[in-house]
Amino acid sequence: MNEFLHQLLAGLATGGIYASVALALVMIYQATHHINFAQGEMAMFSTFIAWALIQAGFPYWAAFALTVVLSFVLAAVVEFTVIRPMHDAPVLSVVVVFIGLLVIFHSMAGFLFGYTIKPFPSPFPVDAWYGSSLMSAHAVGAIVVALGMVALLFTFLRFTPLGLAMRAAAQNAASSRLVGINVGRMLMLGWGLAGAIGAVAGMMVAPVVFLDPNMMTGVLLYAFAGALIGGIDNPIGAVLGGFIVGVLENLLGTYVVGTELKLSVALVLIIGVLIVKPSGLLGKTIVTRV
Amino acid sequence: MSNTPSTTLISSARASTGLPPSVPGPAPRSAWPWVVLVIALAVAMTFVIKGYQLFQATMVLSYAVALLGLNILTGYNGQISLGHGAFFALGAYAAAILMEHAGFAYWASVPMAGVFCLVVGYLFGRPALKLEGLYLALATFALGVAMPQLLKYKHLEQWTGGVQGIVLMKPEAPWGLALTPDQWLYLFSLLVTVVMFVIGHNLLSSGSGRAMRAIRDHAMAAEAMGVDNPHYKSMTFGISAAFTGVGGALSAIAVQFVSPDSFTLFLSISLLVGVVVGGLGTVWGAIFGALFIMFVPNFAESLSKAAPWAVYGVVLIAIMYAMPGGVVGLLRSTAERIKRRAA
Repeated sequence: MNEFLHQLLAGLATGGIYASVALALVMIYQATHHINFAQGEMAMFSTFIAWALIQAGFPYWAAFALTVVLSFVLAAVVEFTVIRPMHDAPVLSVVVVFIGLLVIFHSMAGFLFGYTIKPFPSPFPVDAWYGSSLMSAHAVGAIVVALGMVALLFTFLRFTPLGLAMRAAAQNAASSRLVGINVGRMLMLGWGLAGAIGAVAGMMVAPVVFLDPNMMTGVLLYAFAGALIGGIDNPIGAVLGGFIVGVLENLLGTYVVGTELKLSVALVLIIGVLIVKPSGLLGKTIVTRV
Repeated sequence: MSNTPSTTLISSARASTGLPPSVPGPAPRSAWPWVVLVIALAVAMTFVIKGYQLFQATMVLSYAVALLGLNILTGYNGQISLGHGAFFALGAYAAAILMEHAGFAYWASVPMAGVFCLVVGYLFGRPALKLEGLYLALATFALGVAMPQLLKYKHLEQWTGGVQGIVLMKPEAPWGLALTPDQWLYLFSLLVTVVMFVIGHNLLSSGSGRAMRAIRDHAMAAEAMGVDNPHYKSMTFGISAAFTGVGGALSAIAVQFVSPDSFTLFLSISLLVGVVVGGLGTVWGAIFGALFIMFVPNFAESLSKAAPWAVYGVVLIAIMYAMPGGVVGLLRSTAERIKRRAA
């Protein structure tokens, strides 16, 4: 029983990370109806920036804040320069461009920071008062951070004028333009937020899996699965889905399929959800008029 | 959906793929002298180049077959696959296991690998019918990422050799021909490649090929014309996987070794790069694409370990912006321009 609880809680901790990346994916999907295949690599690159800042002598939280800001800017710049000209392009071109971005971020990280595996510090103490024997302080911290981000994002989108404008731009670009919303600016903001969320996720996962350019490939896959389970157009659903995938991955990995088939669990989840319930648990069912 | 509805069927006809407006059908009849010339040159290469270069040439052929397979799916049928490396791996493993454990000859294992991938591809393509565009890309991406793990699976280890993989023997030239094993393997791969290209060319110029293109250009209009969409789409997936599997089988025999970690996501990305560079929806693009993914990363790797990836990324994005028709598209438009100037 203790073992089961341990796995369940560990699953929740990794689930928090999947939830964060899934949240970033949903931010971009909501705004542009694109799936950002480069999200994982962008988060990995952000984590390397944080690592470089810490190496340069910044205290952890200063590096953290600076990285979030830099990632926001970086993602917004990517949207403006690479993605925006592709706005009306066919799906295939968009997917190819995203794969191009994935490859570029991967190679830039390798080129600038090297391929050796690096340890990354955790901001949470090794044994704090809230760390029980079942869960490390970092795991608790990662969950709290993920939930905190959702709360912030939800508040932003639901209760601020800017959030309202963003949702409007995502839902109906033409009408939003008519009421004076700068839709292009909103898309850039959406990308920036996704970049910042990804950066936080990267910094939370790096202490666990260690930092190297291949760090995020698996995480991205689980995040896809999480986003799909929850509904790819629903931020809360994505977070829920991320936690579900984290727990499922850990429990199935421990009791059913063994650790070496964990990625295949994600594959089966993705295909299963897409076939059985493509809109996910909380997503809107899209009816297309033919 | 944020997309504004398209006004007519025709104007949205090209909406699903990134292809230039002229329907690039298979090569016209006047291309045959060129084909004969290329094959003659390829045969002559057997006796000119040696050793490692011959191995590289064999690999180019195996990639060309694999790329033709991916292009049939993505370029001609409009279904996006980001995980075709998985079928390349399956073909390679099928051939290797048949040779190692079932005593098959290398020449018999190649078509069997194709048949195996046809079946697996069909079985994957059938449920994937429900997925379109982005979602299919997502599902195949997941397949590509998960494949090395599946190959390492411990209950399959007695056949797949687990992490260690399988070491193969290089086939000797038959009938007492005075050829080195390398030369013979190259000629054998060339024969397979020519056969696969003839099959591909004939398929694409047949009614089935037209049906595939019709589905890509406007699925609903195709359905209204009596094209059986689910049948054609899943069959195309199977055929595409079969071509890629044959390519994988050839590569396995050439490398004499298969292991899970040679079939990572990077391979799938390489195949995508090859198709995009060669030209989506072209038969000949496969050869240019294969040359590109064989030689450019090798060359770039001599500069820095990160360079092959960087080159791939930049090339992918640049081609999407500057020449969506790839090398073949560029050649076609140049030829047309010259013709127009002459007239």
